[in-house]
Amino acid sequence: MKRYTDMEYLRLSKGRKLLYKIAAFFCAIPRALKNGALGIVRAIVNFFKSIGLEFADIFNTFVNGDWKTKLSYLFMGFGNIARGQILRGLLFLLFEGVFIFYMIFAGAKWLSMLPSLGKVGPHEVYNAVLDTHTTEYGDNSFKILLYGVLTLFFIVAFLYTWRVNVRQNKIAEQILKSGKPLKSGKDDLRALVDDNFHKTLLALPMTGILIFTVMPIVFMILVAFTNYSGSNDGYFNALFTWVGLENFNTVLSWNGSGGVYSATFGEVLTWTLIWAFFATFTNYFLGMFVAMMINKKGICLKKVWRTILVLTIAIPQFISLLYVSKMFDKNGIVNGLLMDLGLISQNIDFWGSTAHDALLPRVMVIIINIWIGIPYLMLIATGILLNIPADLYESAKIDGASGWKQFSKITLPYMLFITGPYLLTSFTGNMNNFNVIYLLTGGNPINNAASSAAGSVGYTDLLITWLFKITTTTGTKYYMASVIGILVFIVVAIISLVVYNVLPSIKNEEDFQ
Amino acid sequence: MKKQEMEAQAAIKQHMGLKASARISNTVIYVILVLMSIIWLIPFICIVLQSFRTESTWSVGYILPKQWGFQNYVDLWNSNFKRWYLNTFIIALIVAAIQTIIVLCMSYTLSRFRFKLRKSLMKFMLILGMFPGMLTMIILYRVLKDLGLTESHAVPGLVLVYVASSGMGYYVSKGFFDTIPKSLDEAARVDGATRAQVLYKIILPLAKPIVIYTILTAFMAPWGDFVFAKYVSFEDPVGMNVAVGLWKWLTPDMINQRYTMFCAGGVIVAVPVAVLFMCLQKYYVEGVTGGAVKG
Repeated sequence: MKRYTDMEYLRLSKGRKLLYKIAAFFCAIPRALKNGALGIVRAIVNFFKSIGLEFADIFNTFVNGDWKTKLSYLFMGFGNIARGQILRGLLFLLFEGVFIFYMIFAGAKWLSMLPSLGKVGPHEVYNAVLDTHTTEYGDNSFKILLYGVLTLFFIVAFLYTWRVNVRQNKIAEQILKSGKPLKSGKDDLRALVDDNFHKTLLALPMTGILIFTVMPIVFMILVAFTNYSGSNDGYFNALFTWVGLENFNTVLSWNGSGGVYSATFGEVLTWTLIWAFFATFTNYFLGMFVAMMINKKGICLKKVWRTILVLTIAIPQFISLLYVSKMFDKNGIVNGLLMDLGLISQNIDFWGSTAHDALLPRVMVIIINIWIGIPYLMLIATGILLNIPADLYESAKIDGASGWKQFSKITLPYMLFITGPYLLTSFTGNMNNFNVIYLLTGGNPINNAASSAAGSVGYTDLLITWLFKITTTTGTKYYMASVIGILVFIVVAIISLVVYNVLPSIKNEEDFQ
Repeated sequence: MKKQEMEAQAAIKQHMGLKASARISNTVIYVILVLMSIIWLIPFICIVLQSFRTESTWSVGYILPKQWGFQNYVDLWNSNFKRWYLNTFIIALIVAAIQTIIVLCMSYTLSRFRFKLRKSLMKFMLILGMFPGMLTMIILYRVLKDLGLTESHAVPGLVLVYVASSGMGYYVSKGFFDTIPKSLDEAARVDGATRAQVLYKIILPLAKPIVIYTILTAFMAPWGDFVFAKYVSFEDPVGMNVAVGLWKWLTPDMINQRYTMFCAGGVIVAVPVAVLFMCLQKYYVEGVTGGAVKG
């Protein structure tokens, strides 16, 4: 694409300017992708570099250290105790003890079973006393995978702690060499509410995130490479095992038996993106419009209008969404009203029942989402609009700018600049907007053509509701759900990466302080 | 002289014209706003009216009940709804308390301290947030089941699930802490306060709006949560929360007996939550606008 200088750009006609901007946006996408990819590569290179440095440091500390330091390589915390930092040393030693104890009595077993995910499945055993065959359960693949992952986490934690232990010895030696005293246990405890206060504060939240978010995500990513499902549940019915990339192959390949999945995935993804686009931008512009109307000079009862709209935020969504979905039912209130008014002679099937009226439900969910979403946007836009310096409008008025011009030249750019990141998060949030879709339509009407072995799919199903259906309906192919979850992540990540690199308003967070 | 007069008159005319056009545009705006208010209020008015309808229990095509009465509320009292309501209330209270502490710890730390892994931690959490949360549900359900915290004992299990990952939602309150001048902290530190004292004695009193915002959102979320509650309680009549319970009443095989009860239940759930929200609306607005502006 030809790039214009500023002067050339200003001389362009209006339409050409717009075209130029759009072209510039799309031309920036490959560059943004390239930058993102380069960033990832750079991060990986840096990671390995820093690991190399760590090893060098560990080696040097050993060679240059005294005997206390050298012994600490075997007995964690020995150096600390020998130098008088009893509390730290004991904690290190305790951790090492627990780790070794765990590894001998449990960890080793789980780790050794991790590559196979269990060998002995449930089997029939002849019971001589009762003269019948009874089922005896063998290994539990689920537990093996879970505890295997936990053990790996534990090993990483141990290696990290060991590294900290080595570094502390090095630092202690340096401090002693310079003639200063080391920190006592009392100092350490005091630091927990002072210099190291951040560690105290982060301990609880990070533990929660580690156990209830990171660990499950790692587990579920691994599940994508197994055949874990309702029938291969790993204990009661049959073991599950590693299958490599087969599941991804099924979802993404276009030929063979997997064709059904890939077509379904493509269709659901397309609708998810369309939905996210409309849900985000209709709300955004209409919400801004409503905020401007309410804030206009000369409009009375501003508070009343706002309060009425905010009611949809105040009332739990499941009530309003479920109720609205029933209002638009075939025998619901809306049809009844339209009938009484004589506007229609036949009930309208807003939620559709056959493939052929799939468009109406799709439009309906977007419209009802506007009803849900405008109040949020109105609140946000109100806050921002009040912050736009009034003199901008004054001078625009003096120059004779019309209302539309003021909007397109002042209000809109200002809003877009400030809410850029918000638009992105609300786009990705809408991609995963489970409540609106599931409570309104449940994903229906059913799309028979796209429905596959992974369960039925509807025309209004998003990837996230499809995922939910896979995990709850018969067959429960958890591995499929996991593959789709990973693909959702990849789509969201790519969109975020591109938009973040193209957005003008990547702000320096320190600016606000 | 005459010319000037004419100019003045023209100016006045133009002024009147502007005024007239402003009046027209204001009228148009009023019409739109009134229409919007009607659209926004109709579902809520309908649900209240339907909850007093006693002539039939299924969904009908008219708004005004033909027979009024409190039968639906009486039925509600005699159903499992009481239990669901209590479940949800307990969950909401505990979650509000613990989640507020966790979110404040997280956001304050990320806003105020400059430690080595801070940036990477924030990036890491951003990436974590891109995974659909539902993915973690499969394993969490299995683990909770092993611990015996599902179905009829779903309440502690749900509290655990809601609270554990709440550290990820630190963005809004971090944005707020960012706006409190750092010089305040520094002044107190110079005077010999520890970091913990700075937090308790200086920052927290200033952060009252964001604390209230966090409590409010944390308290309201469990009332509306549907996915996790459905999954963890496994639709067990004792372990459900209001969202799952009322959702079940609208499934095809129950809707004809329970539709008006659903409306009554909806009113009972919505009124306290909405009143609380309206009272604290000011803080909510502050939080929402601040959060969007600062990202």
